[in-house]
Amino acid sequence: MTSTTSKFAFVSGFWAGLPFIAVGFPFALFFGIIATEAGMSVAQAMGFTIIVIAGASQFTAVQLMSEAVPVWSVIAAALAVNLRMAMYSASLQPHLATAPLWQRALVAYINFDASYAISIARYEKEPSLSVSEKAAFFLGSVSLMTPIWFLGTYIGAVAGDRFLNGFNIDFAMPILFLALAAPMLKTLAHLAAAVTSVIAVLALSGMPSGTGLLLAAFIAMAVGAEIERRRGR
Amino acid sequence: MSYTDGQIWTIIAIIGVGTYLIRFSFLGLVGNRKLPEWALRHLRYTPVAVLPGLVAPLVLMPNPVTGEADPVRIAAAFATIVVGWWRKDMLPSVIAGVITYGGLQYLL
Repeated sequence: MTSTTSKFAFVSGFWAGLPFIAVGFPFALFFGIIATEAGMSVAQAMGFTIIVIAGASQFTAVQLMSEAVPVWSVIAAALAVNLRMAMYSASLQPHLATAPLWQRALVAYINFDASYAISIARYEKEPSLSVSEKAAFFLGSVSLMTPIWFLGTYIGAVAGDRFLNGFNIDFAMPILFLALAAPMLKTLAHLAAAVTSVIAVLALSGMPSGTGLLLAAFIAMAVGAEIERRRGR
Repeated sequence: MSYTDGQIWTIIAIIGVGTYLIRFSFLGLVGNRKLPEWALRHLRYTPVAVLPGLVAPLVLMPNPVTGEADPVRIAAAFATIVVGWWRKDMLPSVIAGVITYGGLQYLL
C-alpha cells in the first residue's frame, strides 16, 4: 500500500459520510437540548456525547434519568442498546484484523451505526481495498461527523430549543440507512435475513430497549447463514 | 434531576467504558486470528440483519395524529429499498426516498 491510496480512501470516506451530517447535526442538537432540559449541566451533556458517542443509548439514558430510575437500570438499558455494536465489531474484524492496534482502537471509539454502515457497504462493494485503505475510509467517513456531533450537542445544550423550529428531518435517518442496506441485498440469503430482521424486531418489540433488536439480528444472521450453507454463495 | 453530580458522572463513565469495550471486543481481542468459516458466514449477514430491524419501527411508527402507520413513510421506505436494490447504489436510492417522501407529503 502507499500513503497516496490511503489518503484517497480517507477522502472518499469523507464524501460518503457527508449525507449523514444532515441527520447527525439536528440529532446532536436535540440531544443537547433534552439533556440540559432534563437537568444536566453543559459539561455533563458534552461528557455523554464525547465519552459515550452513541446517540440512541444517550437518548435512552436521558429518558430514563428524567424518570428517576435507579443508576444501575440506566446503565444496563443504555449498554443493552449498544450491544449491537459487538456485532459491528465482529463484522469489521475480518476486514481490519491486520491494521495496527491504534487504528483498531480508534475505529472502535467511532464505531457507530452510520460509520459502520457506510464502511461495510464500501468494503462489500470494493473487496479489493487493502486493509490500510479500509481503515482510512472508516476514519474518513467520520472525520467531519464526529466534530459536528460534538458541536451540535454543545449548541443544543447552550442555546436550548430556539434553533429547532423548522427542522423536519425525522425521516432522513431511515432513508439513509435503508439506502445503505438495500444495495447489499445481493442474494436470496441476504434478502431473507433482511425480511427476518424486520419481522422479528416487530414481533419482539415488547422486549426491553435494544435487546429485541439484538435477538432479531441474531435470528436474521442465522437465517442468512443457513440459506447460504444450503445453496452456496 | 434527582441524581447527584457524582452519580451522573458515574453513569456517563460506566456507559462510556462499557460501550467502548463492546465496540473494541472483536476488533481488539480477536486481533488478526482468522475467525472460523461458520462465524464468517454469519457475520456476512450482519448489516442486512441489523439495519432493517433498526429502522423498521421508525418506518412503521404510528402517525401521532391519525394513530395509524403513515402511508407516506412506508411508500418512501419502499421506494428507497426498491431503487437501492435495483441500482445497487446509495445515491439514487436516497434520492428516490426523499422525492417520494417530500412529494407525497406535499400532495397529501
